[in-house]
Amino acid sequence: MAFLEIGLKETIEHGSFTDNSPATFSLTDEDHTIANVVRFTLNQDPRVTFCGYSIPHPLEARVNIIVQTTGDPAREVLKDACQNLMLMCRHVRCTFDKAVEDFKASNVVKAMKIDSQDSSGDDSEESE
Amino acid sequence: MAEGAGEEKKKFSIWDLPDVPVGQLPPHLELQRSRVSCNKDAPIHTESIQYSGAYASMGIDNSSRLDRFSNNFRVEVVRLNEDDMEFDMIGIDAAIANSFRRILIAELPTMAIEKVLIANNTSIIQDEVLAHRLGLVPIRVDPRLFDYLSENDQPNEKNTVVFKLHVQCKRGSPRITVKSDALKWLPNGSELVKETRNATSDSSSKPETYTYFGCSQETIPEFVKNPIIPKYPDIIIAKLGPGQEIELEAHAVKGIGKTHAKWSPVATAWYRMLPEVVLLEDIEDDLAEELKSKCPVNVFDIEDLGKGRRRATVARPRACTLCRECIRGDDWEKRVALRRVKDHFIFTIESTGALPPEVLFTEAVKILEDKCERVITELS
Repeated sequence: MAFLEIGLKETIEHGSFTDNSPATFSLTDEDHTIANVVRFTLNQDPRVTFCGYSIPHPLEARVNIIVQTTGDPAREVLKDACQNLMLMCRHVRCTFDKAVEDFKASNVVKAMKIDSQDSSGDDSEESE
Repeated sequence: MAEGAGEEKKKFSIWDLPDVPVGQLPPHLELQRSRVSCNKDAPIHTESIQYSGAYASMGIDNSSRLDRFSNNFRVEVVRLNEDDMEFDMIGIDAAIANSFRRILIAELPTMAIEKVLIANNTSIIQDEVLAHRLGLVPIRVDPRLFDYLSENDQPNEKNTVVFKLHVQCKRGSPRITVKSDALKWLPNGSELVKETRNATSDSSSKPETYTYFGCSQETIPEFVKNPIIPKYPDIIIAKLGPGQEIELEAHAVKGIGKTHAKWSPVATAWYRMLPEVVLLEDIEDDLAEELKSKCPVNVFDIEDLGKGRRRATVARPRACTLCRECIRGDDWEKRVALRRVKDHFIFTIESTGALPPEVLFTEAVKILEDKCERVITELS
């Protein structure tokens, strides 16, 4: 019997107490899906000098995201990157919903135009 | 003598040259940054230049800030049916597009049959094969109305959907094919009675079954007019010969594609980057005819220039499958360039029927947002 295994999700930060600009964040229960996108968003931040991710073992669902910044604490930079990503996702969703609505509306208009053309054609035939 | 010559050399800045564009990348670098060049042997410049300081020495900011992203991002829907859709996403990076694709395939929840309680199976299809096939049947029900069933929960009307299958082939009648429309929905829960050895149990109380439904699922407003049925009624589940019978009950629960592919809500979801076909020089007359006939998907067209001269043009670059027929042979690589636009994705989603494809994509984006939120809360 396979139930959904909601394992204990946790994020561990490996860093130093004195210098908090480089750090490694270990996320459990995650894979390339979130890590690659976070790495992309981190790269876009001008405060980041180096970032990357690795999966220590393919059979264990764990991802290590490493960040080095120009002085800001790595934790804050990662949080900002995730925040940016959330805003981007919201924007994607809005744009997508609007595009689907426009498409459906334009299809309805097209269908109505075809119907009205057909019916006007029939009327002219009947009148003659 | 050499020192004298060295001192006379003037220092000049590259920005003083007349044809260097300021504020944007020179064309060859822009090509490298925004296009994948598909050459005869292999594509080059495939990685996306993500680093914000990549072109810092030229004074160009490569970071895509949120406002720039919001201005440039566009979605255009090409085709939208009940079961599949094709749309373009322009201005997004491959990392995000790939995340959406991965979530669509593996992390969107659906309902699929998980437990099969077999009361009688005298057919030639083995129990486990039959159970496996039942699990793969797509069910037309919105998974957002249900909760997950975990180990500690009891199966009730909020997390389980129960189906019954009872077919038999009588002796003397021809063979029958059991199709998925034979699965009947039981809105009141399981009808198979659990064997309890409890001698003190009241015979007048309701016998204990394998599910504990508090109320009938028919009373839930979404299911009043739409009974829960398999999406396609003609999926062959088993075949019975004379005298064989199958009697079973199937319980469907919510799950995600990562656990088992039966819970994947899409038949598949894929994307490709927009192909760009560029003619590097004018291709005329016979060469143009040759080019047009080479392409198996008719990307090229001939236009008349008058006085009997014809020229080749690129008519349908979107249809290009990058088969590279047009650059095979001598010298064709100098005439035709095949490229892909790195930030224009043509997404296709084929749903198995539980949810319409546009809802699937919106849910996938929501799941990515939830993952980010989880990281943020754990870091705070």
